[in-house]
Amino acid sequence: MKKYLYFPGCSLKGSGKAYEESFLAVCKALGMDIRELEDWNCCGATAYMSVEETKSYALAGRNLAIAEREDLDVIAPCSACYLVLNKTQKALKENTEIRRKVVNALKAGGLDYKGTVKVRHPLDVLINDVGLEKISKLIKNPVKGLKLAPYYGCQIVRPYATFDDQHDPVTMDKLMKAAGAECVTWPLKTRCCGGSLTGTVPEVGLRLAYIILKEAKKRGAGAIVTLCPLCQFNLDGYQGKIASKYESVDMPVLYFTQVLGLAMGLPGSELGIKRGIISAEAVLAGGGLR
Amino acid sequence: MTENKSKKETLPRVGFYICHCGSNIASMIDVLEVQKYAAALPGVAVSREYKYMCSDPGQEMIAKDIKEHKLERLVVAACSPNLHEETFRKAAAKGGLNPFFFQMVNIREHAAWVHEDKKSATEKAKDLARAAIARVRFHKSLDKKRVAVDPNVLVVGGGIAGIHAALTLANAGKKVTLVEREATIGGHMAAFDKTFPTLDCAACILTPKMSAVKSHPNITLWTYSEVSKVEGYVGNYKVTVTRKPRFVKEDLCVGCMECIDACVFKEPKFKDKFNQGLGKRKPVYIDFPQATPKVVLVDPETCIQLKTGKCKQPCAAACDRKAFDFNQKAETKELQVGAIVLSTGFKTYDVARSPQYGYGRYPGVYTALEVERLVNASGPTSGEVVLRDGTHPKAVGIIHCVGSRDAKTNKWCSRVCCMYSLKLAHLIKEHSGAEVYNFYIDMRAPGKAYEEFYDKLLGEGVHFIRGRVDEVTDWAMTPEEEGKLVLRVEDTLAGFVRRIPVDMVVLSTGLEPQPDAQEVRRRFNIGCGSEGFFQERHPKLAPVNTFTDGIYIAGACQAPRDIPDTVAQAGAAAAEALSLIDAGFVELEPNTSHIVEEECSGCKTCVPLCPYSAITFDEAKKKATINEVLCKGCGVCAAACPSGSIRQNLFEDDEIFSEIEGVLAK
Amino acid sequence: MLEQKVKYEGDCDKEFAKWVTSQTGGENLRHCIQCGICSATCPLSLYMDYTPRRLINMAREGFKKEVLGSFTIWLCASCYACRVECPKEIQVTDIMYLLKRRAIEEGVYPRRFPIPVLAREFGRMIFMFGRVNETLLVIDLFLRTNWFKFLGMTGLGMNLMRTGRMSLIPETIKNRAELRKVLDALDADEKSKREAVS
Repeated sequence: MKKYLYFPGCSLKGSGKAYEESFLAVCKALGMDIRELEDWNCCGATAYMSVEETKSYALAGRNLAIAEREDLDVIAPCSACYLVLNKTQKALKENTEIRRKVVNALKAGGLDYKGTVKVRHPLDVLINDVGLEKISKLIKNPVKGLKLAPYYGCQIVRPYATFDDQHDPVTMDKLMKAAGAECVTWPLKTRCCGGSLTGTVPEVGLRLAYIILKEAKKRGAGAIVTLCPLCQFNLDGYQGKIASKYESVDMPVLYFTQVLGLAMGLPGSELGIKRGIISAEAVLAGGGLR
Repeated sequence: MTENKSKKETLPRVGFYICHCGSNIASMIDVLEVQKYAAALPGVAVSREYKYMCSDPGQEMIAKDIKEHKLERLVVAACSPNLHEETFRKAAAKGGLNPFFFQMVNIREHAAWVHEDKKSATEKAKDLARAAIARVRFHKSLDKKRVAVDPNVLVVGGGIAGIHAALTLANAGKKVTLVEREATIGGHMAAFDKTFPTLDCAACILTPKMSAVKSHPNITLWTYSEVSKVEGYVGNYKVTVTRKPRFVKEDLCVGCMECIDACVFKEPKFKDKFNQGLGKRKPVYIDFPQATPKVVLVDPETCIQLKTGKCKQPCAAACDRKAFDFNQKAETKELQVGAIVLSTGFKTYDVARSPQYGYGRYPGVYTALEVERLVNASGPTSGEVVLRDGTHPKAVGIIHCVGSRDAKTNKWCSRVCCMYSLKLAHLIKEHSGAEVYNFYIDMRAPGKAYEEFYDKLLGEGVHFIRGRVDEVTDWAMTPEEEGKLVLRVEDTLAGFVRRIPVDMVVLSTGLEPQPDAQEVRRRFNIGCGSEGFFQERHPKLAPVNTFTDGIYIAGACQAPRDIPDTVAQAGAAAAEALSLIDAGFVELEPNTSHIVEEECSGCKTCVPLCPYSAITFDEAKKKATINEVLCKGCGVCAAACPSGSIRQNLFEDDEIFSEIEGVLAK
Repeated sequence: MLEQKVKYEGDCDKEFAKWVTSQTGGENLRHCIQCGICSATCPLSLYMDYTPRRLINMAREGFKKEVLGSFTIWLCASCYACRVECPKEIQVTDIMYLLKRRAIEEGVYPRRFPIPVLAREFGRMIFMFGRVNETLLVIDLFLRTNWFKFLGMTGLGMNLMRTGRMSLIPETIKNRAELRKVLDALDADEKSKREAVS
């Protein structure tokens, strides 16, 4: 049984709660040993790098230093956390000045940083460590009839594409197909949802989210499946505002771990299905599920 | 001038000359001081200074002194040997002295031009002079070798470059063998419709030349053939050529093409390479009706007879010349030539490396070569601009710089794409009346009448949008975009981001080296640049020569190039080859290495080190030998040899050590 | 009415380009061939006052005031599409970050524009608690920038509460002192470097 550390990040404890619930449930059902990183701090996301460069790296570095004590891979489901932690590792490896400042500062806090930890994405772990074969065997209720638009967002394929293609990623598609769902082909797989702009500059952010919802609906998807808590929040939470500004889309937005969990026979209550602001009940019922 | 008798009778009499070089040397070095210093050194019989040693009077002074003062060695302290070593060697020869009893000292680039203090510059000049005088005593009498040159030439690659080079050489009376890998000569140019900037029909200007090649008495044309081995050296190359089987006897076939009609496949079924996969052919085929030689060939991958052995062979029956031979095997031929011209051409960028442009995913996306065939009257659609799905485009987008000027694909500019994109814009508009948009970064139109061609296109109402397109997508934002291919671009000149819906996208692909360029260049023992194109000897002063004497390069195999420049280069390469052949012999610099056989231990350390493949190992004798004709005197083997059995002329141990001691002695 | 739009050499900051290239991520600034693919691929470029390509050009030429005062840098969503497409491997996203940092440092940004305020408040919350409570952050942000917009958010707020996605308790890490020491050490390092130079 392989052990992993788990870095939730601030979102997964708040607006992205369903992601944490479904992710942990799926991992348990697959027999993976997942433990939350001790006393983790916020990674800084995209906001902090706009204020302070070295402090941002130090912030993320603290998490890596804590993880290093255990010599285990760290899974970061949130796309922003995933990017920030990887970017920090790269910067600390390649930039001598930043490394000097950050490593010394961490030392002042009693932390040791060597850069040995691997930061992984759940998709990477599921496809490459667990394997589609094993997962397929555990599918009890394939979600037949469920048509999904797989939405990856930006930060797990850009700027670093390690486990999937940068322009046309397919790992989530593969997983969803194994769960029995049909994935539509559409050109907006990795188009930015607007990030934090939906809340701060709605006239801009709403349109970006609307574009994605509209195209997914046009291609015949019943639901969007995503892997980033902010993307899910943007696409799910603002549909009311989008309806009043543009048109009503009424498209549920699920996490891939939720779809996978349902296909593995886990109850919806364990997967946070009811946490979607746009209800997924109808679509899932049509997809052969309760 | 100071005259001395040699201090010791055993030392050879040295003549020392120091040049002022105008003020180049004299402004920083006290020339008289050095002259006086040298005069007092042991063995120096004559020591002079002069304003311009390389001038006629300077050279005559040397020749005269050699005769009058019975000089046995010569040292000139002046500029770089790159400039005048040959000059002073000739002066020595004129005076009756073996030219290799001469040593040149560079006190210009090595002393005067790198010092700011006169005293230290002069001191250094003295040190260098002293070293050279010590060294030159150990020089030996050497001779330049002469090797005869075979007057025949091999031209590899039958595109426009190879064709032109072959014709030029043949017209000069030389026997040329032209080897081409495809079944016909003509290269990429045969596939073009019209050529820029004149809009000449490519086939119309090319086919007469192709025909001239076929009928020229001095040219042996071997198509469907490849060079498999090259041995030898300048003036004396032995080349092995493999001729692939066509399964049709070339000397019997007249190209009537009855066999193609008779083939068991009633309809052409297989994607044909010449039409870039847009057209179809049968297993027995000819690339195009004007193919040279006009001989059909059979594709072993698709012919039923060749794959299963079970076919009625109506093709063979239809042939009244009885030219078919399904048992034909590959043939090996050998050639002796004195010079080789490589004109193997280029390949276009593989658009599968840029999936964001949608080639293969959207049927309306084409490569430039595909469009050349599309607009060609003898192409798969007879020149009608009709898409794969049968529709006629109303709007066409041409994207420049696909696979060029990009750190992720190819860094270089492919030079011809802007011009051919203009040409395709014109042809597409003329054939279809569609709205045409060219998306470019810079408009590169440097050739003769090229800018005027751009102006012509501007006048035709083609839209020129300066902005690079990032992707081709079918995501529609407005009703007019539904069902179209949308190109999102920043119109950098107008200052807006624009979305342009089109029906057809043309990718202007860049030029790259052939996929087997590395293999080929190793076979011919020439170099490649870091991008993979063949390496010229000097980018400005020797663009068609390579570092291997006797092998010349021409055309796009050296760098992306348009047709006028390619033909000019082909002529240049032919001229270089003619210059070599008509001289009749090659003179070799004697600074080569040789192995003292008794001292060779047979360890083979030197064999793989030679960058010119000049060292071979005799398994019977267990000794290495150096081919002095291939040797360029780089010295690597001499330095590496553990037993010291390799000696390099002009760089022997006594010469080097005496020079070192000379520098250090104060 | 009519505005004079000429730029004199005195309007440029000659050192600005050099400063950008000295920062992490800004090294390749000068290699831009102005192809515009960054603007083509940027999902926000249609809203920006200066497109990314234009901003790079202006930064290169030293139009510091226009660059730091633009909306462009704040509208960047860090999707990294520009960096991936750039044929000269210019790290456009990182350049946006370094310009944002400089703009905040110099206090040059549109007042009450939510994004720089968000960045700053985000930082403050992390510094204090080590983690960010989304609800409190949003409330803080809107109180500082736009009351009305905040009222418009109540619908969303209700939905989040209904689905259990709103956490009202501020999260904090246990080892706040440890984090404080790390961040203080960086401040000390900065201070000593500045003193060494002066």
